[in-house]
Amino acid sequence: MSTSRNLCKLLPTSALAATLAGCDMVVMSPSGDIARQQADLIIWSTLLMLIIIVPVILLIFLFAWRYRASNREATYKPDWDHSTTLELVIWAAPLAIIIALGALTWVSTHKLDPYRPLDRIDEERLVPEHVEHMVVEVVAMDWKWLFFYPELGIATVNEMAAPVDRPLQFKITATTMMNAFYIPELAGMIYAMGGMETQLHAVINEEGTFEGFSANYSGEGFSQMRFDFLGLSEGDFAQWVERVKSQGSPLSHSVYKALEKPSIDDPVRYYSEVMPGLYDAILNRCVDPGEVCMKDLMKSHHHHHGEGAGE
Amino acid sequence: MSNTATIPAGNGDKLDFLVRGEHHVPQGTLLGFWIYLMSDCLIFAALFATYGVLSLNFAGGPTGGDLFDLKLVALNTAFLLISSITYGFAVLKMQMNSLRGTIGWLAVTGVFGLAFLAVELYEFYHMIHLGAGPQRSGFLTAFFALVGTHGLHVTFGCIWLVTLLLQLRKHGLIQANRRRVFCLSMFWHFLDVIWIGVFTYVYLMGSMI
Amino acid sequence: MSSSFSSTTSSDPTSAVFGRLSWDSIPYHDPIIVGTFAVVAIGGVALLAALTKYKVWGYLWKEWFTSIDHKKIGVMYMVLGIIMLLRGFADAIMMRLHQAMAFGENMGYLPPDHYDQIFTAHGVIMIFFVAMPFVVGLMNYIVPLQIGARDVAFPFLNNFSFWMTASGAVLIMLSLFVGEFAKSGWLAYPPLTGILQSPGVGVDYYIWALQIAGVGTLLSGVNFVVTIVKMRAPGMTMMKMPVFTWTALCTNILIVASFPILTAVLAMLSLDRYLDMHFFTNDMGGNAMMYINLIWIWGHPEVYILILPIFGVFSEIVSTYSGKRLFGYSSMVYATVVITILSYLVWLHHFFTMGSGPTVNSFFGITTMIISIPTGAKIFNWLFTMYRGRIQFDVPMLWTIGFMVTFVIGGMTGVMLAVPPADFVLHNSLFLIAHFHNVIIGGVVFGVFAAIAYWYPKVTGYKLDPFWGKASFWCWLIGFYLAFMPLYVLGLMGVTRRVSHFEDASLQIWFQIAAVGAVLIGIGIACFLIQLYVSYKKRDQLRDETGDPWNGRTLEWSTSSPPPQYNFAFTPRVHDNDAWWQMKQHGYKAPREGFTPIHMPKNTAAGLVLSGLSTVFGFAMIWYIWWLAGLSFAALVICTIIHTFNYKRDYYIPVEEVEKVERQRAEVLA
Repeated sequence: MSTSRNLCKLLPTSALAATLAGCDMVVMSPSGDIARQQADLIIWSTLLMLIIIVPVILLIFLFAWRYRASNREATYKPDWDHSTTLELVIWAAPLAIIIALGALTWVSTHKLDPYRPLDRIDEERLVPEHVEHMVVEVVAMDWKWLFFYPELGIATVNEMAAPVDRPLQFKITATTMMNAFYIPELAGMIYAMGGMETQLHAVINEEGTFEGFSANYSGEGFSQMRFDFLGLSEGDFAQWVERVKSQGSPLSHSVYKALEKPSIDDPVRYYSEVMPGLYDAILNRCVDPGEVCMKDLMKSHHHHHGEGAGE
Repeated sequence: MSNTATIPAGNGDKLDFLVRGEHHVPQGTLLGFWIYLMSDCLIFAALFATYGVLSLNFAGGPTGGDLFDLKLVALNTAFLLISSITYGFAVLKMQMNSLRGTIGWLAVTGVFGLAFLAVELYEFYHMIHLGAGPQRSGFLTAFFALVGTHGLHVTFGCIWLVTLLLQLRKHGLIQANRRRVFCLSMFWHFLDVIWIGVFTYVYLMGSMI
Repeated sequence: MSSSFSSTTSSDPTSAVFGRLSWDSIPYHDPIIVGTFAVVAIGGVALLAALTKYKVWGYLWKEWFTSIDHKKIGVMYMVLGIIMLLRGFADAIMMRLHQAMAFGENMGYLPPDHYDQIFTAHGVIMIFFVAMPFVVGLMNYIVPLQIGARDVAFPFLNNFSFWMTASGAVLIMLSLFVGEFAKSGWLAYPPLTGILQSPGVGVDYYIWALQIAGVGTLLSGVNFVVTIVKMRAPGMTMMKMPVFTWTALCTNILIVASFPILTAVLAMLSLDRYLDMHFFTNDMGGNAMMYINLIWIWGHPEVYILILPIFGVFSEIVSTYSGKRLFGYSSMVYATVVITILSYLVWLHHFFTMGSGPTVNSFFGITTMIISIPTGAKIFNWLFTMYRGRIQFDVPMLWTIGFMVTFVIGGMTGVMLAVPPADFVLHNSLFLIAHFHNVIIGGVVFGVFAAIAYWYPKVTGYKLDPFWGKASFWCWLIGFYLAFMPLYVLGLMGVTRRVSHFEDASLQIWFQIAAVGAVLIGIGIACFLIQLYVSYKKRDQLRDETGDPWNGRTLEWSTSSPPPQYNFAFTPRVHDNDAWWQMKQHGYKAPREGFTPIHMPKNTAAGLVLSGLSTVFGFAMIWYIWWLAGLSFAALVICTIIHTFNYKRDYYIPVEEVEKVERQRAEVLA
């Protein structure tokens, strides 16, 4: 939608236009379809509210000026304190706006639910039938990002790539701290939490190097917990995968244990192959031998419960 | 009763704007204490909710079914319920202006309260001894916090009760003391109500798992 | 990572005495803190010396510290708020300056370790020890006067509540010089605040400061609910209460119904930290999401606790300075009650990004939007109170106009954040920071300054100097827009909060503008302090003998300024919600005779002693000085018990004294 792209030009006119040569409102003009729809929602909700906000602000100034004490021409009614019609209007007007906005919220929240697989690539194109989402498993660590590509058997640290126009499914967890996985150009953020998995579905529509980072404060190394997200053509992406495979080393248990130690401003790392089930083990907090995985703990209790109920 | 001053009004009609003499403000202690109890109730609400969330997080440790001894809990519940009844008797005696009766029944209430605490401490000790202390799992953390907070309240109730006994002996059934007896009575019955929740939700439902 | 935790539990003999407190706990290697400490120490010693020299200790002790007079306690709350505002603002300007320079090669002047403490302290102090004392202080001073009462329902408890709040503030200030403060953000989310991730004393300072202050806040909430419900003057039905009193009632109900949740959740966090339990841990069956839910079940009502009384303040001011009855009194009251109830149904909007389903998210998004309906109705009510009025643009009215314009903008951005998919891109961003400062500064802070300017003559007997008041207003207003509009832009540029260093140079100009705005706000605060000083100097010129300098409408203006200790020699009888206005309309004259002795509560030092012991207890718990913790806790219990043995808590002001005070007042008015 063009509205979001114009905002960057519109907004500064009201404030400090001179300094705005470098205005790059990534949130309002992103490169991914999901983020773009989220930006449109910002515009629509703003416009809806301005219907009421603008008159109110004008009225504040108008009344303040007209009924200033020195203006003896204006009517003065010290005991006038009630008007049923007016009260109906002042409750009904915001109500009408909120009904409209509420409907918009309900529909858009369901449509843009991060857990919902994509059905379109952008405004014009639906996801073709045979195309599956590419899965990326994301682990927020102290203080770096680890990405697994289960379909490709590779993993990376602090750099992630995806082919343009390919629907992506992110499965997100964390080792210790709570973080938020956020690539403003791609889609809104979602929390990354230990022992839990959140999901995000998105697509990148343009080639380029975009910034990704943690948007939820997680301690000392938080400010440097950033990574590059590369939007690549299919060909470039295949090359990137080759590069990871050729330059990377295997991600074994011991390599992972070393990586797990807190560190700040980590370099980009490539892993050509990954110890089987590592992501699952991180998610279920049983990377070390001898630890019982959370999902198995839960399972054994449900089993136990079943027995108890049967008796 | 208070008189009212009539002030001649500027525009003809007459309104009194003052209360002459001493204006008696209604006593707010019981209402205030009741509001405090409701806020305390919210602490328990948070603990119950927490228990609800964590009650199946056994982390491989024992469950309620493994740990709870319902007979012991039944005994404990009986102690606490009886103590509520005896507190009721104390209040009745107070209404009859019997200081001795009030003190006597309050003392009986205190004994039952202490008996309740003794059984609870035994239960805790036993569980910790089995390796099922509050550090063992989310479930046990929530269990000890909820039941322990209730127990802590009963402990403070007992301390208050002893203090009140001393004050009753010193000053008798004066208005201030009557108010205190009522406040503690609300506190005591409130803890009973909470315990019924604990008994049902934690022990009865927990032991079925 | 837990090394420093386990080292303290070793059998080292000094640790048995001092816990984990040692010389290393004093941050003497940090020049900023040492400098601050030097300033505070020199200033503190100078102040103490001056107090001793002019022999005011006895006066302070008798007339203020041990006073159970709601008016004096109210003033003490306000003083606490102003002092802590200076500290909270110092943190703010340090952050603004740091962020304006920390680009590329320049790492700024604050190491992350220090920066993280500063943004945490800023948030905690501004909410708990600035906004709360201001709001509670205003209610303390005004509510009993507005309802025609002589004090609050539980005067001793009121004094105790104040000192508990002050005790929390003392602990926070102490963390600056002894140890460190939390590096966790103002709501201290676990697992970051768990013992494994944050083994230091910072989080413990946070916990105990808030727990101790929270006791005070909760008790003051109980106190005011009972005061308003039970102690209104005869004739003042619920629908005749002044709007400020209505909002105070709703706020205190919110306090009573939300602070226990904070107490509970912080207690659980303490159990995790001190006893290795598993409420919020990643492992062993804990659940950190529960903390976030619980703390926001307190946290969202908290913002209404702050803003509702301010709505009341503006209602009083608009109607007074428009010379007109408040438009739509009953819809104002219903709006307040609706907001009170709805404030419990919105907490999840603080974490749409935690992965709840779309139905849950949109439910909470829509309930949040619904709150804007009664809030909008309030704005319209103020607007139509101005309509056909005679508006005097005194300083309080300037703040009010500034508030109305600023607050609707903040409200609008708030509703944007309430749309879950929009929140996914705005959450945790500087857009969010701009939004809540927009409503808290544009609402609460403007309201507090309006209230101070409005009621100052009631408290001191002289008005505040209008020149410096206007200077302060314009600096704050322009400073606010300069400081926070750039943050909206930065939020849309994808910048998130709590970041201490940036690479993208195009952002820098916005941070620099924001820093200029912060400096301007600083000048606004300075103007306010100068205003206090100048007004004191010019107090004879600014004197108000009438007790009613603004042609007020509610009962507080019927008393002298400052009001006598007993507020009203005769309890007023109320017939209208603008009770004093009506009395004036009817040509009311205060009676000259028929006085009776007045029953009043006695001063007591018990509150100060108990809160002092609580401070010691908190400090001992923070530093693992177990013997001291045990000792101070036992002392706390024993002192409480001893206090309950004191039955003689009141006295009568003899009729001669009442007559004398009232005669003097009559002479002044004649």
